[in-house]
Amino acid sequence: MPDDVLRLTDVGLYCPAGDFYIDPWQPVARAVITHAHSDHARPGSAAYLATREGERVLRTRLGVEAHIETLTYGEAVSINGVDVSFHPAGHILGSAQVRVAYRGEVWVVSGDYKTEPDATCTPFEPVHCHTFITESTFGLPIYRWSPQESVLAQINEWWRRNQQAGRASILYAYALGKAQRLLAGLDAAIGPIFIHGALVRLTEDYRASGVSLPPVRYVGEAPRGFDWSQALILAPPSAHGTPWMRRFGVVSTGFASGWMRIRGTRRRRAIDRGFVLSDHADWPGLLAAIDATGAERVWVTHGYAAVLVRWLQEHGRDAAAVQTRFEGEAGDG
Amino acid sequence: MYTFAQLYAALDETTKTSTKVEALTRYFECAEPADAAWAIFFLIGRRVRQAAPLPTLRAWAVDAAGIPDWLFGECYDAVGDFAETVTLLLPEPGEWSVEVDRSVLPFKGQQPLHRWVEEVLIPLRTQDEVKQCAIVRAVWATLGGTERFVWNKLITGTFRVGVSQQLVVRALARVSNADPPAIAHRLMGEWQPTAAFYQGLLAPETTDADVSRPYPFCLAHPLDDPPETLGSIDEWQAEWKWDGIRSQVIRRAGQTFLWSRGEELITDRFPEIAAIGALLPDGVVIDGEVLPWKNGAVLPFAQLQRRIGRKNLTKAVLDEAPSALLAYDLLELNGIDVRDQPLEWRRAELERLIATCAPGSQALLISPVVAAVDWDDLAAQWATSRTRNVEGLMLKRRSSPYHVGRVRGDWWKWKVAPYTIDAVLVYAQRGSGKRASLYTDYTFAVWDGDRLMPFAKAYSGLTDEEILQVDAFVRRNTVEKFGPVRTVTPELVFELAFEGIQRSSRHKSGIAVRFPRILRWRHDKRPADADTLERVRALLPKD
Repeated sequence: MPDDVLRLTDVGLYCPAGDFYIDPWQPVARAVITHAHSDHARPGSAAYLATREGERVLRTRLGVEAHIETLTYGEAVSINGVDVSFHPAGHILGSAQVRVAYRGEVWVVSGDYKTEPDATCTPFEPVHCHTFITESTFGLPIYRWSPQESVLAQINEWWRRNQQAGRASILYAYALGKAQRLLAGLDAAIGPIFIHGALVRLTEDYRASGVSLPPVRYVGEAPRGFDWSQALILAPPSAHGTPWMRRFGVVSTGFASGWMRIRGTRRRRAIDRGFVLSDHADWPGLLAAIDATGAERVWVTHGYAAVLVRWLQEHGRDAAAVQTRFEGEAGDG
Repeated sequence: MYTFAQLYAALDETTKTSTKVEALTRYFECAEPADAAWAIFFLIGRRVRQAAPLPTLRAWAVDAAGIPDWLFGECYDAVGDFAETVTLLLPEPGEWSVEVDRSVLPFKGQQPLHRWVEEVLIPLRTQDEVKQCAIVRAVWATLGGTERFVWNKLITGTFRVGVSQQLVVRALARVSNADPPAIAHRLMGEWQPTAAFYQGLLAPETTDADVSRPYPFCLAHPLDDPPETLGSIDEWQAEWKWDGIRSQVIRRAGQTFLWSRGEELITDRFPEIAAIGALLPDGVVIDGEVLPWKNGAVLPFAQLQRRIGRKNLTKAVLDEAPSALLAYDLLELNGIDVRDQPLEWRRAELERLIATCAPGSQALLISPVVAAVDWDDLAAQWATSRTRNVEGLMLKRRSSPYHVGRVRGDWWKWKVAPYTIDAVLVYAQRGSGKRASLYTDYTFAVWDGDRLMPFAKAYSGLTDEEILQVDAFVRRNTVEKFGPVRTVTPELVFELAFEGIQRSSRHKSGIAVRFPRILRWRHDKRPADADTLERVRALLPKD
């Protein structure tokens, strides 16, 4: 389809009229970035365009010397006659949907998105368009999220019960986004909160970007022989089962992820508690978001693309699956 | 139901035995007796008969969830468990957009487990399909989260949580003054899960008078080290490890009962063994092996299988495949439990009993002791096992009591065929040629934690009659179809044999086996008794 505003190439989603890529998976001259997760923001491109809200975390990921230009949400810029603007995706701090308009045709690339608001990023806003390119990480009707207040309440309750039993609480979460969202939702009155080294810089970035988070300490700052039984320790999932864990003594482990909706996923990881908390839209969220765009055509990327496409087609929509290299909420964190 | 679901969640979230026993103890401390009885019933793996076939349940779930059937298939694929898929697909109570008539349930809202089981689950079988559908929908719209999951597990007969009977017994002993062996004993045989049963279960004294009740079987550990590591051979009694059905024959109050290790009453299947009961005095329980036995020798196990799946035993079958009980041990004498006596004493009494009551009987014989001067001598005899139609040797410490369950140290099984595994049938596919219309190609799985991991395919080994039975089972118990492959309810256990085993990165189980075949259908085993992936891996050649 030569007339398409965007098309899929070996390098990523490309806008021929504007000569730029969106979240390319190889270095290019000009990359428009939806958010800072590593499957969307890859280093090496000559110039990046991203949101102002997400600039700090993006720079942490891409390196100090990366050339990054920013726009606020809703602010439009013209690239070779193509209008480009960012609109909140509600996924992590600074995450955006990219709206691309050319000769009256409007396309929106969702990146990753979540329809439920949270305290650490600007809430998702539907954008009217002709063609919507949506993710489908949790594109099965078994994925339906409980309101985050109830999940956060479960986590705080788990922490309290662990304290009573004299166990340290180790909570695994993806280092960028999920970890900070959890921090914002933890009840700091319960006890001290510690973070794994991999979370330190990103958490500082969140604070510096104006997100209010409770006080935390780096695990390595605790004195020898520290009593961890009252603490909650936030860590990336890759820390599970490593020697790093030994210092904590008796522990209960928890993992906050949308994949925890399925019992077998938690059991395979040998984690005590799974908390179903995702930074992606659930099935009703995906369907509602697609509806709200009023799009005539839907392209479905990473996740359960085939399933969502078939569902959309059966409901009278023009839908197709598009093979990208995005990974969604990685099973390993 | 709520507290039972909480118990399930607590057991499910830990792999630590002590934490599980604590959770069970907390539950039994607070549960009302009628609930506790049902909880035990389900925890130790007993089931109520399935009310509706899975395809029917699936149709109801698809309808209630408002999705097409193909989408259910996609979801099932992602989840891997039927009960869980249904649980996750349906709206939580209070979120149903369609009208649900909850008045078909006998009660409203929160109710204890026993009411759900006795007033909803069990009567469900007797309803017509329209009523069943209405009831199941009402339950789905009433129970949410873990409660709904547990209900779906119960209704599909797939309830399983990682606790052994031993752990349940340990917790019950903690909340009562009863001895663990007494509790284990009272859980044997047939019983109704009622409040009265539960109270009797925890009673300090045995006041119950169930004459048919067997004792828990003493089980052996496989011997992995060379036998000389067991010390002096004089401390050990060696017997052939027979390949039959481990059973107890009970003679009490003028009645005879024959129980299999799978806790099935099989008295009717073996009339010649039942008949010898009349020769025994009252108050006798003998542990032994039911074998196909003719002209003083054991026949291949397949001969015994002809006796198992059959309601009517014709004279021809009885003549061709006569059976005998080879007695190992004496558990009760003169109505007194003698399991604490040393094996030497029990063996002497057993020999005297059989010589007195059934001399020359071809249906009750004593399992001979294999005499050997030293371990080398014994090993030489052990090596002849295959030609004798036995699986190897049993080594039992002469001073040992008759333990409850599998206790390490006193009983060892020293098998000659290292490569046999009990596995569960999980997938079936149609055969080719003359078997093209039948499901004859099977995939078998072993336990990986609490999930079944497929690890071998096998085609041959069953008799034509058994193939028909398995085929009928597959058709009735299909959970899911992927092209030609049917996923079936994991229920049937088979003993597989194979010639070699290797690591494999191409198989999800991480192992590949050579020439796998079905040795026999283990009617006496339940899925929970199947082997673990760990045990299969233990057979891998050492690096």
